[in-house]
Amino acid sequence: MSQPDSPDLIVIGAGPAGLAAASEAARYGASVLLLDEQPAPGGQIYRNVKDASEQQNAILGPDYTVGRTLAASVEDVGIDYRPGVTVWKVGTDGRVAFSQNGEAQQVQGQHIVLATGALERPVPLPGWTLPGVMTAGGAQILMKSGGLVARDAILVGSGPLLYLLASQMVAAGRPPKALVETQTDANFRSAMVHIKGALLGWQQLLKGLALIGKIRRADVRRYKAVTDINIIGTDKAEAVTFISNGRVHQLNASVVLLHQGVVPNTQISRSLGLEHRWDIKQRCFHPVTDEFGQSSAENISIAGDGAGISGAKAAEHAGRIAALNALKNLGLVDGATHNQQVIPLLKARTKETAIRPFLNTLYAPPTEVLCPTGKTIVCRCEEVTADDISNYAALGCKGPNQTKAFGRSGMGPCQGRFCGATVTEILSKETGLHPEKVGSYRIRAPLKPVTLGELAALTEPR
Amino acid sequence: MFDPITPSTNANGQVDFTFDDKNVSAASGTTIAAALLAADQIWFRETPTSGQQRGPFCMMGACYDCLVQIDGVSVQACMTPVTEGLQVNRVPFSLPKEGKRS
Amino acid sequence: MTFIIIGGGVVGLSVAYGLLKNGQDVVVLDGADDDFRASRGNFGLVWVQGKGADCVGYSQWTRRSAALWADFAQEIEDLTGLDLMLRQTGGMEYFTDQVELEEHIAKLKGLREASGGDYPFEVLDQKELRERVPEIGPKVIGATFCPEDGHVNPLFLLKALSCAVRQKGGIIRTGVKVVDVSGQEGEFKVALEDGNHLSGEKVVLSAGLGAMELGPKLGFSTPIRPQQGQILVTEKLPAFLHYPSGTLRQVNEGGVQIGASKSELGLDDTEDTETIAQLARHAIDVFPHLEKVKMVRSWAALRIMSPDGLPIYQRSPTHPGATFITCHSGITLAAAHAHLLPDWILGRAEAQDLSTFSERRFDV
Repeated sequence: MSQPDSPDLIVIGAGPAGLAAASEAARYGASVLLLDEQPAPGGQIYRNVKDASEQQNAILGPDYTVGRTLAASVEDVGIDYRPGVTVWKVGTDGRVAFSQNGEAQQVQGQHIVLATGALERPVPLPGWTLPGVMTAGGAQILMKSGGLVARDAILVGSGPLLYLLASQMVAAGRPPKALVETQTDANFRSAMVHIKGALLGWQQLLKGLALIGKIRRADVRRYKAVTDINIIGTDKAEAVTFISNGRVHQLNASVVLLHQGVVPNTQISRSLGLEHRWDIKQRCFHPVTDEFGQSSAENISIAGDGAGISGAKAAEHAGRIAALNALKNLGLVDGATHNQQVIPLLKARTKETAIRPFLNTLYAPPTEVLCPTGKTIVCRCEEVTADDISNYAALGCKGPNQTKAFGRSGMGPCQGRFCGATVTEILSKETGLHPEKVGSYRIRAPLKPVTLGELAALTEPR
Repeated sequence: MFDPITPSTNANGQVDFTFDDKNVSAASGTTIAAALLAADQIWFRETPTSGQQRGPFCMMGACYDCLVQIDGVSVQACMTPVTEGLQVNRVPFSLPKEGKRS
Repeated sequence: MTFIIIGGGVVGLSVAYGLLKNGQDVVVLDGADDDFRASRGNFGLVWVQGKGADCVGYSQWTRRSAALWADFAQEIEDLTGLDLMLRQTGGMEYFTDQVELEEHIAKLKGLREASGGDYPFEVLDQKELRERVPEIGPKVIGATFCPEDGHVNPLFLLKALSCAVRQKGGIIRTGVKVVDVSGQEGEFKVALEDGNHLSGEKVVLSAGLGAMELGPKLGFSTPIRPQQGQILVTEKLPAFLHYPSGTLRQVNEGGVQIGASKSELGLDDTEDTETIAQLARHAIDVFPHLEKVKMVRSWAALRIMSPDGLPIYQRSPTHPGATFITCHSGITLAAAHAHLLPDWILGRAEAQDLSTFSERRFDV
């Protein structure tokens, strides 16, 4: 085993992929440093799963509580698990700089597994910055770790998480006031092309139908094929307006929850300059990896939703696969053992992802969300609008880095996490260039803001 | 706006802290963001760009709309646990630097 | 006369704008979104203090540009409606080391002597400095102040020049890469990577580091190299810092910008933790209250350096009608490049003598 200051494996993120990667690697005697931003293991999907109350478990359901086993693996021998850690720089040399309890430090790993998961896809609708508007994922996190449920909320968008959240709110005795759904009959017809894959994932399909049944039984009003969504209010959300079936609707609400699926969190992989591709189906960038999670850099692997959205179960398999691959490369697992272990994992993952093409098509985000227009804010931090981005394109901006220079989009503390995909889409529309050609923001340190005091302390010998 | 899932969620006990000098009670172990939302506080900051009010959006440390100040340091309310006696403040909007050309 | 200007950064656009004002036609060719771009990565100073200690001609050129800046900014603002946030308040250099302070004072005295006494600056001890800048920390032993220094928002300048050039009838083609350039006065041919060609009567090569590849095709020796500089910027703070310094300035949006390192790393613009830490240390040494402030971004960019650090203005000895322009102070010199350089490029009698800045000075 190597020195604690240079572990065999540094795993960033303790969600399903990161936990599985850490535990798999530790099983073969590797030294593992597991860094996570949250106070407890589980990622967003199994957030707070170790400490959730009976009531929370009953509301959140078995797909949540199943995460307890995985979360418990942080106790495994060989894993140095550090919660509450902010990773702010990762180098191609395997060095990771992070802050914990107000102190910055650096470690160097032989191999790094990025398991940073997904972010909610930005839903830049008019009014989406008003207080009271949150992501559906955010509301679910409040149920998991805050013990809070939104009252009389309106859920806007599409995707499995929207139904899951709605059914959990029903179970919590606070059914949403309405579901304002963007998917159309045309989405459904296109999705039927992929029904074969969906049937392979029949268990997931049944679960989805059960959720919808639960929502229906609770008499939650559903509006479908909705367009022209506006969230209105002066200094907080007051109502949602939209068109459904050719009619304008207005529903009052102080909590509006948005969801249009999730996208890979590529902040670290981008900062490392790794290769990325634009996924035309999922409408987002993802890092290029081989089937074992190996990125374009030999000492860096990516597992789970951060490599491309596949869900929690697939992420767990991907984490184990990435760990085995890394250990093989480090000479800690021989080729025969690797192959023997990895084949069933690859098969299991394939089964888990079979339903994805169906879901991607059924819940494809509408153009008004992907490519907003007018005065809608695109960059929340710097308050840059869709019109601004179009104007910069007219001034010759061919990529997001020039729009960043011209109008500060992506320069705020979130570092483009909630505007990157939108800016790429708008520039693609304005220039006629493929999104991959348009590119994305150059991500630099710090991945998350860090005090000058912490940074300066790194100059002093310890 | 937000209700506790059950009254017994506070099993771990209560802590008291202040938000802009107002007293707030919260379940111990929760985050500042959850505690403030439970207390019907919906906006946490004014943007330094235009003074728009913002509140928690992502609840997972990604969006920075829940920034508050503790002991002069800006922190994400959704990532910071409440502790007894914590003094949490909104960062007020201040107009950008004006001044003459020379 | 149609000028093809290769390079659409601040240098190329300033010259393009100046040529348009002089009745010329211009086509500016600008590269890709992820090219090395000093115009996007620079510190934003309009700076005089200490420049040209070994070359009074450079000191004079710099000061002329700084003196022209207010009019230049006004003109661009009137044309485009964009405020460049130019503030020529005078600038400080802060010192924590007695020897470095004395060396700097000696340099400024030398410049004053070389300028016939006309070179304004003040030396401030800690007490005097604290009266003007109350936030300085105990490690700061003194500062020098030059009333001709200032700063500007360099990104606003880049955008405004881009607008101004178009408004004056110039053409800017972005996202194009020049792969070849050939010909003579009146019949230059420029080949683009996409297979297209352009012809023009004159060429200005202002492609930053891109000139290393293209310069020799036009008979220039282009003795330039990249020098990396890193910069940090903090979260937005209420205004507190009135004067810019060579390493610390508060930008108009509120962030404090901290710069700038110097490293010889070739064409590498990745930021590194050690440099970030040193820059943070420097900022806290000068302003201790910044300790609790968060850095939100850092970046590294590449300066375009000649062997002596001065600009190069060179007419091609082999391809008449082609001009090579490069410098690492494109913001400070923007006013001179827009207002004075066109006369020289057009070969007018009243043009400033710029022979000091010929690349011939590096011939052995």
